[in-house]
Amino acid sequence: MVQPLPARLHETPSQTAGPYVHIGLIPHQAGFDIFETNFSNVLVGPGTQGERIRVEGRVLDGAGAPVRDVLVEIWQANAAGRYNHPADRQEGKPVDETFRGWGRAGSDFETGLWFFETVKPGPVEGRKGHRPMAPHINFWIAARGINIGLQTRLYFADEAEANANDPVLNLVERGQQRDSLIAAREDRGGTPTYVLDIHLQGPRETVFFDV
Amino acid sequence: MTHLDREFLQRDRGVHPPAFTPDYKTSVLRSPRRAMISLQSSLSEVTGPAFGHGELGPLDNDLILNYAREGEPIGERAFVHGHVRDENGRGIPDTLVEFWQANAGGRYRHRNDRYLAPIDPNFGGCGRTLTDADGYYYFRTIKPGPYPWRNFLNSWRPAHIHFSVFGSGFAQRLITQMYFEGDPLIWRDPMVLGIPDRAAAERLIAPLDLAAAIPLDMLAYQFDIVLRGRQQTLFENKLQGN
Ligand SMILES: [Fe+3]
Repeated sequence: MVQPLPARLHETPSQTAGPYVHIGLIPHQAGFDIFETNFSNVLVGPGTQGERIRVEGRVLDGAGAPVRDVLVEIWQANAAGRYNHPADRQEGKPVDETFRGWGRAGSDFETGLWFFETVKPGPVEGRKGHRPMAPHINFWIAARGINIGLQTRLYFADEAEANANDPVLNLVERGQQRDSLIAAREDRGGTPTYVLDIHLQGPRETVFFDV
Repeated sequence: MTHLDREFLQRDRGVHPPAFTPDYKTSVLRSPRRAMISLQSSLSEVTGPAFGHGELGPLDNDLILNYAREGEPIGERAFVHGHVRDENGRGIPDTLVEFWQANAGGRYRHRNDRYLAPIDPNFGGCGRTLTDADGYYYFRTIKPGPYPWRNFLNSWRPAHIHFSVFGSGFAQRLITQMYFEGDPLIWRDPMVLGIPDRAAAERLIAPLDLAAAIPLDMLAYQFDIVLRGRQQTLFENKLQGN
């Protein structure tokens, strides 16, 4: 007889967020106000350090139609490349107390467009023995019809050199697959805007990560 | 080094519904078909957002009172509580738990819900709380009703409460649904049946917890939540910073 391994619990199964996810997570979009403070798609405050950017896009289904009831959350480092979390102890990169680094957006019910107002993150150290990770934003996507939240990343088109050395991007095949993670920069005369459409399915399917 | 630094264990996809579950028709066009790329944990995965008690209002975990206007909502009063742990069995303190649901008639307060059951003027249907120092949470609510939905011609969702949980790292992010013990609709539901492992699906069914019921006031249900665990080792320094 061998000794049994100590019992490990099993993760609770995921279930779809359903069509009414807004009620719980962004009630204003469901059509009412209930909480005094609401979480939002604006990550920056007046004192936040760094280059202000807008990040926007749509999530598209396998027929190419925008998913108009999608919930998108982002998690990112600050402009110095530091996460606002105790496990991040990178040296020489201060925490910006005005920047949590997390935001939540629902897509527009008509157009499917979602957006965030944030700052461009700095590069973050990679796993031990690996190169730094290029500036990126972590995405988590939930919606009706999505059985378990989907994780992907957004990288910046104007960081070509950092992207070329990024240890995660380099796990992804060059070409269309890698391009699915890179947001183009558009200057519209105001805040610089990075645009990324996320394709759930089809010939342009976005790369998703099992993290 | 704290447990926060350790890498997440590979997610066991066998306890989750796969992306493509054709009996749940909306999943057909919304399911990725290519293999995901597996990532070992970096700082981007082991870190995640934190929320403070100051961000929540005193009634945020009381769905009986947090939208009450002229009186209290109609329906069965219910107390829901549970323990949020990781797969290693450690309670997860101070993590945000959000929940939303239909009213007692099965109708959501949502601009896109057109079901003929009425809106309850005193019921919003959402709340949120932070787990305590040991990972426990609770809230008061009204038991939601089942409702019809457009999937098959005669599809009815079992009574359920939607849950969103964070954990300490963004890779632990989870949305799920809690069902109620004894509901005959549970094992007819394509979302429940999409979970390939019956024992895993059963963990979404909250048992009636008479010991926690409040006499002459409300019944109680216990819904424990487990988030992903982290690698364990006796030689912590070896994995440190990996
Ligand atoms: Fe629902």
